[in-house]
Amino acid sequence: MTRYTSATDADREQMLAAIGVASTEELFAQIPEALRLGRPLELPEGMSEAEVHERLAALAGRNADAEREICFLGAGMYDHYVPAIVDAITERSEFLTPYTPYQPEISQGGLQAMFEFQTAMSELTALPVSNAALYEGPSAVASAGYLAIMATGRRRFVVSRGVHPHSRETLETYSVGYGAEVVEAPLEGGLTDGAALAATVDGDTAAVFLQNPNFLGAVEDIEALGAAAKEHGALLVVAVDPMTLGVLRPPGESGADVAVGEGQPLGNRLDFGGPSFGFFCATEEHIRRMPGRIAGETIDVDGRRGFVLTLQTREQHIRREKATHNICTAQALNALGAMVHLAWLGRQGFVELGELLVQRTAYARERLAAIDGVELLHEAPVVREFAVRTDAPVGGVLERCAQRGIAAGYPLGRDYPEFDDGLLVAITERRTKEQIDALAEALEQAVAESSVLSPQSSEGVTA
Amino acid sequence: MSDIPASVTETPMQRDRAVTIYEKSVSGRRAGTMPPLGVPERPLQELIPANLLRKRPPHLPEISEPEIVRHYNRISRRNFDLDTGFYPLGSCTMKHNPRLNERVAALPGHARLHPAQDAPRAQGALELMWLLQGALAEICGLPHVSLQPSAGSHGELAGLLLTRAYHADRGEERHKVLTPDTAHGTNPASVTMAGYEVVKVATNERGGVDMDDLRSKVDGEVACLMLTNPNTLGLFDENIAEMAALLHEVGATLYYDGANLNAIMGHSRPGDMGFDIVHVNLHKSFSQPHGGGGPGGGPIAVSERIEPYLPRPQVVRLGGDNGSEPYYDLDFERPKSIGRLRGFQGNFGVFVRSYAYILSLGRDGLAEASETAVLNANYLLARMRQGRAGGYLPVAFDRHCMHEFVLSGAPAKKELGVKTLDIAKRLLDFGFHPPTVYFPLLVDEALMVEPTETEAMESLDEFADAIERILEEAEEDPGVAREAPYTTPVRRLDEVRATRQPVVRQPLGD
Repeated sequence: MTRYTSATDADREQMLAAIGVASTEELFAQIPEALRLGRPLELPEGMSEAEVHERLAALAGRNADAEREICFLGAGMYDHYVPAIVDAITERSEFLTPYTPYQPEISQGGLQAMFEFQTAMSELTALPVSNAALYEGPSAVASAGYLAIMATGRRRFVVSRGVHPHSRETLETYSVGYGAEVVEAPLEGGLTDGAALAATVDGDTAAVFLQNPNFLGAVEDIEALGAAAKEHGALLVVAVDPMTLGVLRPPGESGADVAVGEGQPLGNRLDFGGPSFGFFCATEEHIRRMPGRIAGETIDVDGRRGFVLTLQTREQHIRREKATHNICTAQALNALGAMVHLAWLGRQGFVELGELLVQRTAYARERLAAIDGVELLHEAPVVREFAVRTDAPVGGVLERCAQRGIAAGYPLGRDYPEFDDGLLVAITERRTKEQIDALAEALEQAVAESSVLSPQSSEGVTA
Repeated sequence: MSDIPASVTETPMQRDRAVTIYEKSVSGRRAGTMPPLGVPERPLQELIPANLLRKRPPHLPEISEPEIVRHYNRISRRNFDLDTGFYPLGSCTMKHNPRLNERVAALPGHARLHPAQDAPRAQGALELMWLLQGALAEICGLPHVSLQPSAGSHGELAGLLLTRAYHADRGEERHKVLTPDTAHGTNPASVTMAGYEVVKVATNERGGVDMDDLRSKVDGEVACLMLTNPNTLGLFDENIAEMAALLHEVGATLYYDGANLNAIMGHSRPGDMGFDIVHVNLHKSFSQPHGGGGPGGGPIAVSERIEPYLPRPQVVRLGGDNGSEPYYDLDFERPKSIGRLRGFQGNFGVFVRSYAYILSLGRDGLAEASETAVLNANYLLARMRQGRAGGYLPVAFDRHCMHEFVLSGAPAKKELGVKTLDIAKRLLDFGFHPPTVYFPLLVDEALMVEPTETEAMESLDEFADAIERILEEAEEDPGVAREAPYTTPVRRLDEVRATRQPVVRQPLGD
């Protein structure tokens, strides 16, 4: 008997007798001898539960997580506080262990949660239709490209350089399959260059992709930038940070046809990048082109209110090669976590949190800009993340801050060679004034020390 | 049945009508509170121009914490789940979800690790990924693994883009991808998204790929053949080596849909069968909970010739030989890579759970898990060959199965006037999740049953007994099954109405 099974030797005997074979070997005989492994897997022996726990805890202990460091890292995922009830609810067997709700009569809990989630995302983005979640942010951006091709019959995308580098790269990867071309529009002063964007959009353009706030933290004027898309009949796709939507004008009120994004800030832990969820909202006219699951309201034979997966003729399990997307398993549990978090924040709390981020970020930005050897990378308005330049090499500065227990930010040089002296700093409600002050002090010293030690060097200490 | 008013037979759960959290909202209530601001406050319009600000707060529920907890606990009870009952959903591998895995995934070193953390400060996470890659490579019999794809369908898309990159690198352009008519719906959908044309291959009388049909369709235009083995009928296709040779002869790749890997772990390996690219569903064979529709994980394992094109970044190990301390890193310098498929490194929390599962079972445990899955499936199949099931629900292909089998409800429909859908719905009243129904498409009135290794013999017997009772009941009065279910929180739902007049969000005022 192995872990998590129940069959005793006596059970096995009885089962084999019922099947009419002498051993399970006979059942595996349908695999040709030449294709049988014929040796044990080269893996360790099984371990007891306590041993596995120790082994995994030892690995976890070698990571500098946000409990051991003060974390100013963002770039799409943020160290927000996840309320205790999110864990309590998402850990319930009834939500944790079912499959996708193909049998609606016994899946009303999950389906209703999806319906509530769709309502919340539709509200946040001010777009009437939301799906029940996709894998995560960047692949949701790429999925919006597929919808744009179906909607316009065109195969050219114009993407602002302010869109998350992972999203841009994912869109490029997918576009090879779509047979689509991806063209980039540059940044100017931290914001998408409106004139350059307008010059790039043409009558062959299927969609224009913007992000708000953009990767540098800057708040874009979506409506103004989107005019080029409108003029040429291209869709306007806006990737948004959902946590900023208590404060920022929602994409649906700025002309977006599709709003997508990374859902992690809502009720999902960092988890070194996943699982989280992606969201996908659109105007009414695209409802039958949407990717992923959608829950819809209906009634049962006795007239009771109920929920089902609806518009399934879009989906792969019905439509096969004519489906609007290939997605099957998505992120239902993560979307539930988001919904619980949003309910916990509530209508007032959600706005308060957004405003708190703006205020603390403004404080942090001013504090850092005042440091000798640190200047703002751009002056555009920001919500929860901002970019600075340092006189000293960023790698060395980050290393010095890390030695003081502070993850000072995201080195922009990883994705933007033109900003190899750039640092992206993110604020959440967990980052107190004291921690921001500690960052400022650490950064000041780090820049000073790095400048003294390696005035000519343009390379960081870490790769 | 029908002359008793529904109001009399209603269960307590049915009386408790669905009320959304929005309908429980009362203006002024709240749960969470914010920490004090702690910094000087400035007028918002001074920081962000007024025309870029939101004018009306979004509608979110206004509700207290106790009410949120009660709401979600109550609606959770309107779900059936694997922890409560048998879930023989074919091709979904609903095996037990160990709670140990949840515990270790929640350790702060995993759960609160930022994905952009520098490699030197994320060595534990990178090592875990490297170890999982190695374990999956060994299980699949292929040398290289990318953990990046987020689910099976994502892995399929990755595999097809890898195939495209592989051919493009050779200056070739191919247009067709072959899939058997028994394939999962994700296969043809992925083919279209990857820009290929689907060509279907027929199934022979033994449930395998029709070799003559395959031969007639294999040519230099074919980029890839996508297969699962055992196939969706739960049967091992013994011609796989010949198929691989055929495809490789014309320079095509062979793609393995890992949905059915749970049948063969430690017994046979896709790489040894000749597959070039394999995706693994971590939420099937490797015990990640399904979460009511995700999250999952769909890592891919590939052969040497596909390796240069793998998504980036890749986790690599440097040093570690001759007793030196190894260093783990993310390798972005992959000039031939297809690029990213998503943000950051993948569903790391899923990797932690799956790695914990592999450590728990170990080499013998994994092989034994597959062996028991096959034993359980064949035992249940033997039970289904007896009694009324044997007559009304015959097995579609009369052989021993691997980890799952497919029955045909055609005789039940013809002789009893009870469709597969009716049997599935009546099973709900008996406390079982039904098998996968109406799939694979080539079996009339199909029921696809996968018990997994974690079910005890008693569960299998109870399921077989329930089927027997349902058929017996149908002999007397087919109307019982046709109107089922009766005891579930809601009864049969009007899906046509949901499609014709879609209501996909709560209507709310200003």
